[in-house]
Parts: sequence; C-alpha cells; structure tokens
Amino acid sequence: MANIALSQVQSTAARASAWTRLKSNRNWLGLWFMLPAAAFLILFLAYPLGLGVWLSFTDAKIGRSGIFVGLENYEWLWDDNVFWLSVFNTLLYTVVASVVKFGIGLYLALLLNERMPFKAIIRAVVLIPFIVPTVLSAIAFWWIYDAQFSIVSWTLRHLGLIDGNINFLGDTWNARWSTIFANIWRGIPFVAITLLAGLQTVSPSLYEAATIDGANRWQIFRHVTFPLLTPIIAVVMTFSVLFTFTDFQLIWVLTRGGPVNATHLMATLSYQRAIIGGQLGEGAAISTAMIPFLLAAILLSWFGLQRRKWQQGETND
Amino acid sequence: MTETFASKLVRPGRALKAEALADHSEGMAYLQTLPRRLVTLYLPLGLILIVLLFPFYWMALTAIKPDDQLLDMDRVSPFWTWTPTFKHIYKLLFETQYPLWLWNTMFIAVAATFLSIVASVLAAYAIVRIRFKGAPYAGILIFLAYLVPPSILFIPLSSVVFQYGLFDTPFALILTYPTILIPFSTWLLMGYFKTIPFELEECALIDGASRWQILLKIVLPLAVPGLISAFIFCFTLCWNEFIYALTFLSSTPNKTVPVAIVNEFVDGDIYRWGSLMAGALVGSLPLVILYAFFVEHYVAAMTGAVKE
Repeated sequence: MANIALSQVQSTAARASAWTRLKSNRNWLGLWFMLPAAAFLILFLAYPLGLGVWLSFTDAKIGRSGIFVGLENYEWLWDDNVFWLSVFNTLLYTVVASVVKFGIGLYLALLLNERMPFKAIIRAVVLIPFIVPTVLSAIAFWWIYDAQFSIVSWTLRHLGLIDGNINFLGDTWNARWSTIFANIWRGIPFVAITLLAGLQTVSPSLYEAATIDGANRWQIFRHVTFPLLTPIIAVVMTFSVLFTFTDFQLIWVLTRGGPVNATHLMATLSYQRAIIGGQLGEGAAISTAMIPFLLAAILLSWFGLQRRKWQQGETND
Repeated sequence: MTETFASKLVRPGRALKAEALADHSEGMAYLQTLPRRLVTLYLPLGLILIVLLFPFYWMALTAIKPDDQLLDMDRVSPFWTWTPTFKHIYKLLFETQYPLWLWNTMFIAVAATFLSIVASVLAAYAIVRIRFKGAPYAGILIFLAYLVPPSILFIPLSSVVFQYGLFDTPFALILTYPTILIPFSTWLLMGYFKTIPFELEECALIDGASRWQILLKIVLPLAVPGLISAFIFCFTLCWNEFIYALTFLSSTPNKTVPVAIVNEFVDGDIYRWGSLMAGALVGSLPLVILYAFFVEHYVAAMTGAVKE
C-alpha cells in the first residue's frame, strides 16, 4: 500500500516537474511565442510565394486551375515585345528615380542638419509627402499633369517659356519622365529623414578635429561624413530600389501603363495580364521574373556593406 | 524636438542646455555670414519645400474651388480663389458612399494593425529574450519576409484568398496585410526590447513570475514608445496599401478609400476634378492629423526599421 502511494506521489511529482520543465524550456516557449507570426507569414506569404512560382509554370486562368506547361509562359514572354518594353521601363524608372532620390535626399538631409530656426517643424513638414497615401497624392499629380488644365503648362505659358500646353501623360517620353518625377517626389522624404538620422549619430568632435586640421567643407563631407554614413546609405538605398522597382500605385493611377505601354512596369503589366486579362499563369511568370532583379539588388547592397566592414577591419558582426 | 521647442518658450536657460545636448551637428555653422547662409541653406531648402508641398496646396485649393473657375484659367488667376465652396466636400460626404469607404479603410487598418502588433510582440520577445534554438534564423527569415514585395504576391494571393472563401470581404485584407506589417514591426520591436535591461527580467524570474507575466507587466509597459511607433507606422501602411485592395475587393460598398476614389470617381461626372481632389484631401486628413500628434514616433519608426 505504502509503496503504491509513494509511487503515485512520485509519478505526480515527475509529471509536474516535466510540465514545469517544459514550461521553462526555451525552445518550447519560443515555438509558442513565434506561432502567430509564423502562421501569418506561412499561410499568406511563403505559401503564396511558392504558389506564384508554380502558377508561372501552368496555364491557369481566372476561375480555372491550370495544368503544368513547363516553361511555355516564359518562352512566350521571351518573344513578347511589350514584356521587354516593361523590363526596360522598370529599369529606367528604378535607376533614374533611385539616383535622383539619393542625390536630392542626401542634399536635403545635409541642409536639415544645419542650425536654423523652426528646425523641428521643417523636418516634420518634409515628411508629409511620405505619409499621405500614394494613390491620393498621385491623384493630385494627375490633375497637375492634366493635358488641358495643367498648372505647370499654365505657369510656363504665362512666363513665355512655351507656346502650347505640354502633353504630360499623353506622349511616350513625357509620360515616362512625369511618372518618374512623381515617384522621386514621394521618395525623397524617406531618404532624407533616414539619412538625417544617420547624420545625427556622427560625433561633432570629428568635425571639429577635421576643421582644426584645415579640411574644407567638401573634404569634411568626403572623408568624414560619407564614410560614416555608408552603412545607412546601403540600407536606405536597398529599400528605395526595392520599393521603386516594384511600384504599382503611381503608374496605375497616372497612366495605367499607357500611352501605348510606354510606362508599363513589370508590376502593372502582370496585373493587367493576370487580373484584367485573366491569364494568371502569364501574369505570375512576369512577377516571378522580377525576383532575380530584386535578389540582385539585395545582394549588391549586402556585399557592398560586407566589403566596407572588411575594409574597416571589423570581422565580427 | 517639439519638446525642446516648447521648453525654449518657457525656460530659456534650460532650453539652451537641451539644445546643446540635442543639437550637436551644427559644426562651424556660426562662422558663416547671413547672406552666405541665405544662398547655401535657405534658398535651396525653400525651393525643395515648395516642390514637396505644392501638390497638397493644389489638392486643397481644387477641392474648394467652384467648378467654373477650375476650367477657366484665363479670367481668374488659378493660384487662388476668393469664392471658396464646400460643395465638393458636401457632395462627397452626403451624396456618395465615401463615409462607408472611410469606415472600411479605418476598420481594416485598425484590425490588421492590432493582429500584427500582437503577433509581432510575441515574435520579437521570443527572438530577443527567450532566445530559443534557431532564434537568429527566425530573425533573418522575418527580415527577408520584409523584402518580399506585394507586387509579386498579389496574383497567387488572389487565388489563395478565393480558396479560403475570403474574396470581396474585409477579412481578405485584414488577414493579408499582416504579411507586410509583421516583418516591419517585429524588426522595430526587437530593437526596443533589446534596450530593456535584462536584470529587470531576471529579478522577476527569481521572484517566480512566468514569461507571460514578465512580458505583460515588465516588458510591454517599458516598450510603449516602440508600440506606438509600430502602431502608427502599420496604420499608415494599411491606409496606403493599394494593390491588394484593388485585387481582392470587387463590390463598391466594400472598397477602401484609395481604390474607391480611383475607380468610382473617374468616369461619368464631367466636373470630377473638384470631387476627386476633395476625396483625396479628406482621405489624407486622418493620417496627417495622426501624424501631427506623433511625429517623433513616426520618425523613430521609420529610422528604427533601417537601423541594424
């Protein structure tokens, strides 16, 4: 009897301690804590990502799951001039917009870093283009770019610089530059404010030392500010390139890819083919074709950063 | 920054000290003369500010201009109006489904943000503090998820949403937006949690608190600024999202503001510019007001996501 009671007590104790041990087990706890985030990301991100690649190998249409057709969609795209035009447009859009955003953003960050009255308010105001939803500011640009009633045409005409109205969104190259301008306008605050945050971490004693050594403003920027800012520049520009490359909203509101596909980006073309045209497989192939470009952008900045750190002799981290 | 500004008005001495502490980047600026600063600083800054703000001025002006002045640029200067009208805004709020669209956007944004923040708090805490096996990899995977853009996912997601029976319901967006928001806010909160001293948690553990109690009673109260940052930024991202809303919603009453404005105002009405601009203006206001109260948090969130 006593033995049985004792063993019962022991087994309860064992069970309890197993439970407590499990409760304090890091791996077990970590699993539970990670569960909600993991569930979202697996169900709505990882699974669709895989499905998208799979769809690009099928002839799926809206309302009909497709059958495997191998590389047919890609062969089809290879001979498709509109697809190559969209690749060209996307690269042009990304390269021009990112370079200008970086240039003006860095310049604006340096200006905002100066001593001046109402600095806090000015900084807050600069960010407004970034907070207002892109679609809503794109609509303002749509009106500014109107063929007949554009305020820009009006001003230039009254200054005597042009004779007729500019057809901002109706002409191939005009439309390209107009959409690129709108993208730059929206992206500058992000670049400027993030670089400003980076600038503020640079210790003022470095500037003082450089000034005492007789460095001029350009030399200080080139040899003190810029090298210290490089890591943050790499991160900001990776994001900037990524967002510009996959932009959809601005183009969709301003031109929907027109005139004659001159402003189609890969994202807008895949929307048009897949959702409006119903060719899910082909659209998926276009968006899958974006992945190598994105990977290249990420790797480029990653290795850029690594090289910097290696140069500075920081092997850890 | 705003705090410094306010205290400057009240107590100059303290403000000067605060200024000296907060503002350590002017370098040798005091050596420059005013005319030089006018040309190198104020002029370019002014020009950039005008370009950045002009579209909003134009949006607001168009929204309150009478229709005849919009299309007649010869007799009246287009840059100003002496006869503002609230007709467009009135029409927008009382004769269209705009309030419904605003409500949809708000509801979806709040729900998706709430779900994302709960999931992110748990994930960030697990990665930073529980440090289970594989935590660093989980951190990297979450960061990689941030780099997957919606423009690649919307096609397969549309068929997933259809399979799950969510098509044309707010849940299609409430459940898909977290894939954009969770990576961002987890990354942000990981940074915040790292700054909370570990000793506080150790003491609580010794006192017999469970992980759950530690999280709720010690870590979260200390991470409130981070939570606000994450909330503001997630909310803004939701409000801004377009491609999922365009793809997963089809009937007019279910739409969100950006999609509805683009699709419902564009055709039919000849004098559509006034209502379009009014729609864009009213749709931007909630975010701008929220932003005005939480600028600091917003900026912290934006730069926090970029910092390593």
